[in-house]
Amino acid sequence: MTRPKLRIATTSLAGCFGCHMSFLDIDEHLFELVELVEFDRSPLTDIKHCGPCDIGLIEGGVCNAENVHVLREFRNNCKTLIAVGACAINGGLPAQRNHLELGACLREVYEFRDGLSGGQVPNDPELPLLLDKVHPIHEVVRVDYFIPGCPPSGPTIWKFLSDLIAGRTPRLTHSLMHFD
Amino acid sequence: MTRRFMFDGQPVAFEDGQTIMEAARAAGHFIPYLCWHPDFPPHGSCKLCIVKVGGRHVSSCALPAKEGMEVESNTPEINAERRALLQMLFVEGNHFCPSCEKSGNCQLQALAYELEMTSARFNHIFPDRPVDASHPDMLLEFNRCIFCELCVRASRDVDKKSVFSLTNRGIHKHLVVSAESGRLGDTDFSRDDLAANICPVGVILRKRVGFAVPIGQRIYDEKPISQVSMEAEK
Repeated sequence: MTRPKLRIATTSLAGCFGCHMSFLDIDEHLFELVELVEFDRSPLTDIKHCGPCDIGLIEGGVCNAENVHVLREFRNNCKTLIAVGACAINGGLPAQRNHLELGACLREVYEFRDGLSGGQVPNDPELPLLLDKVHPIHEVVRVDYFIPGCPPSGPTIWKFLSDLIAGRTPRLTHSLMHFD
Repeated sequence: MTRRFMFDGQPVAFEDGQTIMEAARAAGHFIPYLCWHPDFPPHGSCKLCIVKVGGRHVSSCALPAKEGMEVESNTPEINAERRALLQMLFVEGNHFCPSCEKSGNCQLQALAYELEMTSARFNHIFPDRPVDASHPDMLLEFNRCIFCELCVRASRDVDKKSVFSLTNRGIHKHLVVSAESGRLGDTDFSRDDLAANICPVGVILRKRVGFAVPIGQRIYDEKPISQVSMEAEK
């Protein structure tokens, strides 16, 4: 009897897709993985909305209204939700704007930057509204596990996922545990 | 006759006046710490070195060892409490490891690895603490300060300059520079001071040597802090 495949969804919120690149760095383990899982919503499948899943992997923190919606969709659909990488865990690089006033930050980039003249802050209604601060995802939804790193290495992601899929409590040994 | 106490179920010999920390380390047992330093009297502020003695929590860096004590240190209960202390330190400051020059050499980060802290768990405060780059050789990155007072003590007691002090209380506590302008460049601080080389985290940094050793090849990238710290003991 073959075990039904687990469903995995992945997304990048306020992240750089570096964690997704690192996920692809598990290299030949990808062949093992596709025997065990199938992908739901993910940049790898281009499926736009998440259905019921076993595992959700979230890269990036929460910096705008759309991030909040996507994150809640994942939490509502994924049995196990995992924060992947520094930005999902503590806001990371985007959160380094948190001590600045948002309006001043936007004007600095779009109006006052060297070489710009007549620029204005984008205000197209299709653009998601920015939050005044960037938040780690655990400040918005309940998170089951965290895989630290910027990005977590391929071996780290593989160790964690293979433990989880096999039903073991995922545990990172010293060489796989990095915040940088 | 040698006097002993029990440390995690193992006998540890001690001499009069030795603290639990000193005796345990001499016997090869690592106890996590941030504000303790072998060359300074115990400070007892970080509480990472808490152990349980007779059901009570005590700072092992400060409590003298006594005959027959039963000390619990490396237990799931105590380590969970140490992890919670680390998590509070992480949310109180701005600890962005990927962009920190101290990453890999940082004791706060290394203890987080040691105690398997994968998230800061609490809500981040994201305080606003501007950096001070006024000194020609040194940089002050207040965002990472954990208030261990090692720089304060080293500058006051060894360098005899009293460049640093802590001011205010509770969540408003912060490190200040003792100059009328409040800037490091207006003090007689030197990069050869002990205070310039004692910070366990990435607050007091030397300029122009950043990332000379690549990330991934630094002290705690190679070995866990429990190992590195005990090698210094030998």
